[in-house]
Amino acid sequence: MTARLPRGGRRIDRSRSVEFSFDGKPMRGFVGDTLASALLGRGQQVMGRSFKYHRPRSVVAAGPEEPNALMGIGTGARFEPNRRATVQELYDGLEARSQNAWPSLGFDVGRVNDWVSPLFPAGFYYKTFLAPRVAWKHLFEPVIRKAAGLGAAPEGADGDRYEQAYAHCDLLVAGGGIAGLAAALAAGARGERVIVMEQSAHWGGRAPTDAGEIDGMAPDAWVEDAVARLGGMDSVTLRLRCQVAGVYDHGYVLANEGLTDHRADKAGPRERLWRIRTKKVVAATGALERPLSFAGNDVPGVMLASAVRDYVDLWGVSPGDRTVIVTNNDDAYLTAKVLVRAGLSVPAIIDARPAPDSAVVREVKALGVAVHAGRGIAKVLGRDKVAGVAICLIDGEGAVLQEIKCDCVAMSGGWSPVVHLWSHCGGKLTWDADRAMFVPDLDRPPLGADGVGFVACAGAASGAMTTGAALRDAHAAAGGEGEAPQAEDEAFDLEPVWQMPRGAPHKLRSKAWLDYQNDVKVSDVRLAAQEGFESVEHTKRYTTLGMATDQGKLSNINGLAILADSLGEPIPQVGTTTFRPPWTPVTIGTLAGEARGDLFQPLRRTPLHDWHEAHGAHWEPVGQWRRPYCYLRDGETPEQAVHREVLATRNGLGLLDASTLGKILVRGPDAERFVDMLYTNKVSTLKPGACRYGLMCDENGFLIDDGVAARIDEQTFLCHTTTGGADRIHGWMEDWLQCEWWDWKVHAVNLTEQFAQIAVVGPHARTVLERLGEMDVSKEALPFMRWAEGEIAGIPARVFRISFSGELSYEVAVPASRGLELWEALHREGADLGATAYGTECLHVMRAEKGFIMIGDETDGTVVPQDLGLDWAISKKKDDFLGKRGQERTHLSDPDRWKLVGLETLDGSVIEDGAYIPDAGRNANGQWNVQGRVTSTYHSPTLGKGIAMGLLRHGPKRMGEVVKLTRIGKEPVEARVVSPVFYDPEGERQDV
Amino acid sequence: MSEVTVARVGDQGMVLLRGEITALDGVLGAVGLPVPEPRRIGRGGGRAVAWMSPDEALVLCPADEARDVAARMTEAAGDAFVTVADVSDARAVFDLRGPWADEALAKLTPADLAAVEEDEMRRSRLAQVAGAFWREEGGWRIVCFRSVGTYVHDLLDNAVAGGPLAPA
Repeated sequence: MTARLPRGGRRIDRSRSVEFSFDGKPMRGFVGDTLASALLGRGQQVMGRSFKYHRPRSVVAAGPEEPNALMGIGTGARFEPNRRATVQELYDGLEARSQNAWPSLGFDVGRVNDWVSPLFPAGFYYKTFLAPRVAWKHLFEPVIRKAAGLGAAPEGADGDRYEQAYAHCDLLVAGGGIAGLAAALAAGARGERVIVMEQSAHWGGRAPTDAGEIDGMAPDAWVEDAVARLGGMDSVTLRLRCQVAGVYDHGYVLANEGLTDHRADKAGPRERLWRIRTKKVVAATGALERPLSFAGNDVPGVMLASAVRDYVDLWGVSPGDRTVIVTNNDDAYLTAKVLVRAGLSVPAIIDARPAPDSAVVREVKALGVAVHAGRGIAKVLGRDKVAGVAICLIDGEGAVLQEIKCDCVAMSGGWSPVVHLWSHCGGKLTWDADRAMFVPDLDRPPLGADGVGFVACAGAASGAMTTGAALRDAHAAAGGEGEAPQAEDEAFDLEPVWQMPRGAPHKLRSKAWLDYQNDVKVSDVRLAAQEGFESVEHTKRYTTLGMATDQGKLSNINGLAILADSLGEPIPQVGTTTFRPPWTPVTIGTLAGEARGDLFQPLRRTPLHDWHEAHGAHWEPVGQWRRPYCYLRDGETPEQAVHREVLATRNGLGLLDASTLGKILVRGPDAERFVDMLYTNKVSTLKPGACRYGLMCDENGFLIDDGVAARIDEQTFLCHTTTGGADRIHGWMEDWLQCEWWDWKVHAVNLTEQFAQIAVVGPHARTVLERLGEMDVSKEALPFMRWAEGEIAGIPARVFRISFSGELSYEVAVPASRGLELWEALHREGADLGATAYGTECLHVMRAEKGFIMIGDETDGTVVPQDLGLDWAISKKKDDFLGKRGQERTHLSDPDRWKLVGLETLDGSVIEDGAYIPDAGRNANGQWNVQGRVTSTYHSPTLGKGIAMGLLRHGPKRMGEVVKLTRIGKEPVEARVVSPVFYDPEGERQDV
Repeated sequence: MSEVTVARVGDQGMVLLRGEITALDGVLGAVGLPVPEPRRIGRGGGRAVAWMSPDEALVLCPADEARDVAARMTEAAGDAFVTVADVSDARAVFDLRGPWADEALAKLTPADLAAVEEDEMRRSRLAQVAGAFWREEGGWRIVCFRSVGTYVHDLLDNAVAGGPLAPA
């Protein structure tokens, strides 16, 4: 049984206790505990159930590599599943819940899967749930989802806030162990900008537990001194609880810093995502100890040897009274020293090597510990916790020589350097056969923009496995001058063991776990190989090895070694799977950062936005703008509001916020030439003071934008674009000016946001402007399609006599900061004239009544102006304009193209949006042939019936014909083909 | 923690100047300004002018002077290929001030703030929108497009509310 030792634990403060709960049960730990150490300290060994077989599981590790002890932390809006208990710092009030167990952690009915585990071999999902197809939705998926999966998904919105921050440095050091600190000292001494990020809450990594003296100091004292020296360097920044998650091209690095997960007080951002640009990365990320693959290596009580000594040394927790150590290397002997020193019993060390003999082996033997050389564990005794081990010959088939009682097994299969950051951006690996590890291939580093490697591994991450070597390596990786910190080089002898015993039969292999989190065993990988899976990437996906949230930190190397053995190929031939960011999971909240709620996306607001909001605006998104679709008055539906706004405008006075329309100033000696290329019609002939409606096409001839161009002076045009086209057309102009016509003297300046623009529309438009005073807006002084400059209501203004509604209409542009002043003045002076604010839908209805096209409704990127009957706006005289040649291509000049017509239902109803006009017969796929489609359809309050525009084959030649239009779920409706101009075809109303 | 404040500035006038920047000495001289060095801000007569690109400069002046400054530069430009436009109303301007103003701004912009010189105009990005900023006494003056002024104001408030970046 695990328990708290009476003394020891360098990280805990026994004078300060912390209360927390596990599965609702109140418990107590100490300040400095992790959730895992506190649970072990309370004798709570089982911490979860496995993914597939629901076997009871306890911690295997003491760090971020932990596969088993995943828990749900927190409640309600702060609940998060799948957090690793080994890195969760304890705080007062922490609530933890076990996962994947039903009805309880102690008794789980899913355990039945384990007893029938032969039914769940590798690729089980692919083999079993094949047919019938319908069963997927109703049977397989619900059952699998309930039985499998890890923690429960959180419900509702995340209660925490997150932020991001940018940082820049010369050197980013990932990892605050002694190698990371030594690298930072070396670079900091040169005055470089250095950032050191350490994922845990402590500097020094494993050194305080594992290392001997450094520079004549105890390792913890050296670490403290190094941190103090770095803290004194202005150019060095140190961050704890900050994981370097991923390394990307061009020295871009993502790291996430935990801010409140370790605290009871959750105020402030929970996590911060660092977006770093660095010239160089030193990955001092250490190494991970590997499990050994023997039967029962997942029984609670079997742990990594390094984790066993961590729990004793760091947290004063005994993982068991009697610990058997099983190893293939010298390093695990350190665990024996720590256990004996703590007064715990080590009945045996089972060493796979035939004749281990190094200083540490002799030292441990001298402590009275029995070493069984050339032996392995045949199997672990005990089902839900370790009761003992059965020992066998390492090279045999598992015949039991002896059984030893124990309640903990400390295993060490060697170490794997953490080469993840080296690999994220393309660094290659090489196999070090002597020490059985993949190490960075220094000849093939990840390359920066200059073709030079920009990531270097340092210390254990580069395979420097002894204290002295790690420090020398790190010092050199950071280009250190002078001597590296000095320390001893301990013994590091190892003999690879990938399966224990080496001749283990299927029965033992099928209880030897590789991937604890996804329940993948040695037998599964062998079966995959037998079934023809040769690629490590395919085997991974077929068996799910290394695909869980731990991404195979403990299992990948063991798994590929088993695969290599099964295939009879050398390990480097099989290779590793791809290391992808992040190193450990990063919350989606951190990646979203501030972009949530009101800040989710930038919202563009016109100068009149707040007025609209205060006056019942029913919003419509238009690009990133919000525009009022209509203004709802007491109890109105949007439909009623639009109806009211149309009639008020046609019969009195309507006011529209047109500020979002693009306003691009085109100026220069070559401006005439430029606008004649941009527009399909001739704009250069405009006289100052005049306006003209124009079309813009892309180089293929398709219509992309329309609007009114106004000539300001000899060298200047003001080009109005659609709302959505403002930025796009400005970019389009710059593209031509910068890339193609670079020698033309033209400036294009986007003045869209400089002006508030208000459309004053309706029979009383002139009256209200005259009341506001100062400018002569009479028919004589300011005829249709002219503009003038002056003052309206004392505000400097440009007034354009243009109309998109068919009514008498002025668009008044004033400086944006004075837009509201003008808007309110218009409402005040126009009150008795029926002044009514109208929205985009009213605008749409009125333009449709007049047969005016709308970019995005009548156009969709496949429509040329000729399709819309706009041939009059295409100059025959100009040599060239953008789109001219495109429009001459046979397909675009085909007389059979669909062309714009008006459509009027025989019963006056409104045609459905997007309705098609079916033709006789069916196509090769058995679908109806079509001869056209609707592009705009509305109820016209003015005419009291449905009106629509659409594209129809030979449309203009078919006036008066009756066609059918589809309706969803109903019979088609009949409509007559008519002119698209439904209202005031002579244009008398706008020219008064 | 000492306070960092966000304040909207109402009196910042801006006049945009397009034209080969090295040839703008006459136009800028008409309002007492030098031709700015690349990425730098030049000053004179209580006004300033920022280099925005090889063919664009931005004159910074009190808002109530902008029309007059624009008119004087237009006149000085004469027939030259130069475009002058008052863009004071097209922008929203903020002051971000306080001891850790750099840290608050570093949450929003990928620019390396430590590398921004005293007299530098830095064009960059603020979260999801374009922005520009330069150092002013005790912090930064920040400019964005008017339509996203509320968004940027909220961004700055949010960044300040999150506290400084210094390790605890």
